Order: sequence, then structure tokens, then C-alpha cells
Amino acid sequence: MEQIQKEQLQKELPSHMEYMEGMEQIQSDIFDKVISAREDYQAERYTQQDVRNALLAENRSIEDFAALLSPAAEPLMEEVAKKAKMETAKQFGSSVFMFTPIYISNYCENYCIYCGFHCHNRIHRMKLDREEMEKEMAAIARTGLEEILILTGESRAQSDVEYIGEACKIARRHFRMVGLEVYPMNSDEYKYLQECGADYVTVFQETYDARRYGELHLGGHKRVFPYRFHAQERALKGGMRGVAFAALLGLSDFRKDAFATGLHAYYIQRKYPYAEISFSCPRLRPITTLSGEGEEQIVSVEGKGVGERQLLQIMCAYRLFMPFAGMTISTRERAEFRDHVVGMAATKISAGVSTGIGRHSEEVEEQGDNQFEIADGRDVAEVFAALKERGLQPVMNDYVYV
Amino acid sequence: MMEGNNRNKNQTKADNRKEDLFLLGGKEFRSRFILGSGKYNVELIRAAVEQAGAEMITLAVRRANSSGEGNIVDFIPEGVTLLPNTSGARNAEEAVRIARLSRELGCGNFIKVEIMRDSKYLLPDNQETVRATEQLAREGFTVLPYMYPDLNIARDLADAGAAAVMPLAAPIGSNKGLATREFIQILVDEIDLPIIVDAGIGRPSQACEVMEMGAAAVMANTAIATAGNIPLMASAFRQAIEAGREAYLSGLGRVRESGGEASSPMTGFLRD
Repeated sequence: MEQIQKEQLQKELPSHMEYMEGMEQIQSDIFDKVISAREDYQAERYTQQDVRNALLAENRSIEDFAALLSPAAEPLMEEVAKKAKMETAKQFGSSVFMFTPIYISNYCENYCIYCGFHCHNRIHRMKLDREEMEKEMAAIARTGLEEILILTGESRAQSDVEYIGEACKIARRHFRMVGLEVYPMNSDEYKYLQECGADYVTVFQETYDARRYGELHLGGHKRVFPYRFHAQERALKGGMRGVAFAALLGLSDFRKDAFATGLHAYYIQRKYPYAEISFSCPRLRPITTLSGEGEEQIVSVEGKGVGERQLLQIMCAYRLFMPFAGMTISTRERAEFRDHVVGMAATKISAGVSTGIGRHSEEVEEQGDNQFEIADGRDVAEVFAALKERGLQPVMNDYVYV
Repeated sequence: MMEGNNRNKNQTKADNRKEDLFLLGGKEFRSRFILGSGKYNVELIRAAVEQAGAEMITLAVRRANSSGEGNIVDFIPEGVTLLPNTSGARNAEEAVRIARLSRELGCGNFIKVEIMRDSKYLLPDNQETVRATEQLAREGFTVLPYMYPDLNIARDLADAGAAAVMPLAAPIGSNKGLATREFIQILVDEIDLPIIVDAGIGRPSQACEVMEMGAAAVMANTAIATAGNIPLMASAFRQAIEAGREAYLSGLGRVRESGGEASSPMTGFLRD
């Protein structure tokens, strides 16, 4: 029943390849390069010998990256992991950067069927006002963290650029480094937020499979695939220092999506050589929705074949292809997995995470519901201790605002 | 005490190692090994400094710009001269701002200028580095610019008031050794400032070689940080650098390029 409704809805919707009014269009050939390479990528074509060659290579090519993402690499994961660990050590030593996300609003105008925030999901909506942001950020800063990532649901009406700008200004007073993971915007808006104190922008493309993207994003501005694709480039044009890339693994063919994610970052780095590049590696997680009768239910949108082994393979492939890139490990993963992949491929870990609104400070009374269920609920001190235990050096800040 | 100035390449090489002081920014150093600090656990810094015999340690201002737990500055032993760097700067203006911040943070008067417009290889931008050096020297800093070994730029840096020149041996973190060997030798021969070789040195033997060539000092970070035993590798580097220095001071013997010595000299036909 629901499936039929979604199909009908999709037919009536405008094309996900057409820009909406007010969306800035930039000239860039990166889109075509990435999308066509994704189309052409045939993971089954690669052999173990290709993977071995990729491991031996000093500077790895796009073909090497393709081989490292292929099923042929799976039996060689032990060697792949060793090599990745070496590269990570060369670039980052034992440093692991710590941060936490803060969700300031969960209003959303989009209908993305896999996300807990989507506009048809009947969750408790709220957004923090200035005073509540102040309390939440002060509470987070007391844990010792110096880097924060500001997130919103994707609603321009409820969380406009000015509202996000206010959050950035407050964050600058409490933290030394401020990142953003909000809806894609135009370069002049990124410029404004950069002036307000944010310097890093993360945008998940979700999937680089344009057709599948259209099926999954059934309403709102997020439906526009190319506008989202060009977000990192607009952010850099707006003066941001760094940009992060991700596919939500499991929405489509995960190997193709990981390949496209790496290439997207690769071409952006070639065009903007000063940009700091990083990756996130999210897998689909169960979300909480309300049933017709108003009962809470956990819904899993099935991810296609991305087990921990595959996830680690993807992370190592990113590392070996772009040894200098940062990499964040999500709280979607369990603690033991996270502890093992930092220092091996990942360089950044969140702690004390809540994907709900107003959960950090006891002074904020009303709370908004979660975007997704997390698997690692450890606080800052616990993650700090776990890193130390593994011989890694937690770093609270490696950034100076200029 | 003799006012030794060993920067002068043409002076008779000192025969007494005790007099072999390394002068930089009005300070005297006995050690010619500058240690990095940003890539290994802060608890190991003290042991590394001790084993390295280092009297100078580099430190990213952006790492020092932290108030929280594990602030790296708290782990650096007293008496060691801080060499803060401007990593994170993409142009001269940003480097100048970071240098000033370093001063405000109490990191002293030394500043290693690092300006990168490239996130992949972290290669320094020589032109911006000259601009920043000019400004910072005017502001009274002891400026140590990290640079790609180019003779003209090295001369510009000297004119701009640099206290030393820090050419790279290979890209940062690459452990590739003396990829720029010939060009570093040119700087050693032509520039009347200490040449401190920085970045890319992967093993003690390479540090030794660069000291034999006449470099004034060596800076290493990744090679130490990625070693299985950090203090032991720090010690190995110390010995290699000392050995290379002694070899340089003692005057290396001539090395035959190829073939044997001709028994009848080529100039034997000359009458007078």
C-alpha cells in the first residue's frame, strides 16, 4: 500500500535533476566525471593481483582505488588493514581528533524515506533558541571538547541561514573549531556562515546513483540531486577551509557509491588543492517512527550487504587512495569497531553523542526526537580513556582560526 | 670561550667538538637535532627529548592553541626551546597572524614559517614564505622558513631577515630521504645562513648524510613517531646527527667517482 503511494508520488514530483528557483548553478565538470565513472565501475572485474599491485603502489591511481573497493580485496583485508594503518601513522602519527555533533533543530521539509527526521515522520519537532543553544554548547564545552559540528534537519523555513549563523557565532565563543552539517546552500550563504565562525562543511550525497536518489527523496529541495552534488564546491567558493564527503552506504550499490565518493573528493582536491578533504563513512541505521496508531516503532531500511568487513574495506580504500584525508567514524557503529578503526583508517571520533535536540544540558527542558539510533553511547571521558588505552593520542584541537 | 661561528663554510673546521656550538636567534645550542612533537603521544615527549638530546622542539601553534586536557605544551620539558610553526597557514597574512598568536600564547620568539596551499603533499609556497619572513623579521621574530630548496628563494629569504633556511628533503611524512639532495647541497654551499634540513628524512643514515654535507641541523618528526620504539629511534637519530657532524668537521676524505688512479699522471708531459 505504502509502496504504491510512494510510486505515485514520485511520478507526480518534478524531476530530481532539475534545479529549483534560487538554487545557484556553478560551472563544473566534476559532476560528469564522477557520475560516468560510477556507471562504468565494475567491481567484479578486479583480481587479487590488482589488489596486491594497488597495495604495492607508492601513489595509488583511480584504478588502484577501484581494485581496493572490489570483492577481490576482501580475502586480503588483513594486508589492506596493515597498509592503511601505516599510511595513517605516516600522515597523522598517533593523533585522533575528538568532537561531538550538536543537533539544533529537527524540522525538515524533505521526504527521504530512510531518515528519522523526514517531514512525514510524526516525531517530536523542536529547535533550540539562542538561550538554549548557549546552554547546550556550554554543557558540551564543559566535557573538554573544543570542536563541534552543528547539525539541523533540512528546513530553510525553520532553520534559515541567519539562524544557523547565530549558532555559529555562539559556537565560536565556546569552541575552537566549528563545522556544519546542514542543508546545501549557495556560495554567498556559505560565505556568510564562514564569517560567522564555521570553517568546515559536510554534505552527505547519500547515494551517487541518480536514479535511486530520485526514488529515495520524494519531496523538498533535497530532491535536487545536482544541487546537492555541487555543495562542496560552492562551500569552497564561499571560503570554507575544508569539506567532507560521504555516501550513506547501503542505499544503492555500496561499492559504486564508495567509488564515487572517493572520486568526488579526488577531483575537488585537484581543483582546489588547498582544501582540506575528509570522509565520513555512515551505514544505514534503524530509525524510530510512529505507527498509524501512534505507537513508536523501530524501522530498518535495509542496507544492501554492507557488513563491518565491507565498511572497513571502504575506509581502508579511502585511506590508501587519499592518505592525507581526514576520516570520521560514526556513532552508528559499535564501540569496539570504532576503537579499532581509529588510527587504522579513521582519524576522528565523536563522543557524548545524541542525535536528538536539547539532550546535552539538563537546563533545556523540552527535547526533540532522534534522527537515528546510535550504537556507541560513551561519553567524552570514556572515549578519551579508550583512545589512551590503545596507545593513541586524543587531540581536542588542531585548528587555529585565521 | 671561543666565539665559534661554524656557519662559515670556509673556516678551518673546528678540531674540538666542544666548541662546536650551533647559534640561532642569539641562542647557543649544543644539539643539532630538532625534534617534532605532533605525531606521537604526549607522554613520550619527555623521553624522546632526553634520548634525542634535543634542545629545540617544534610545535604547531594550532595544537598549542588548546586549553583542554592533553594540551601538548604542558608535556614539553622545561629548558627546551620551542620552535612553534605556522602550519594551517595558506598565505603570508595567515602565517603572520598565527605567529603573533604564538607570541601571545607565550611560545617565545622563534617561529617556523610553514605556508601550504596544497593539502596533498603539503609542499610549502615559497613566494608567500618570503613575504611572511619579511614581515615577521620586521616584527622581531627569529624566523625559520620551511621552503622548497630553490637557491633564488633562499637568497630572498636571507635578504628578508631569516635566521636560518629550512629546505625540505622530501614531502612531509614521506620518509623518503634526500630526494632534493643536490639542491640542498647548493644551499649549503651558497647561503651564509644555517641550513636546517626538514621533512622527509626517514632514517638515521639519511640524517647522517645530510650532516656530512654540511647542514647545520636536522629536523625529524614522522621518522621518530612511526618507529616501534620512539625513544630508541630518537637516540639513533642523535648519534647519526653527531656522527655526520663530526665527519663534516673532520673534513671528509675524497671519494673516487670511478676507476683507479692512473699510474702515469696525465699532466706528466709538462716541462716546468
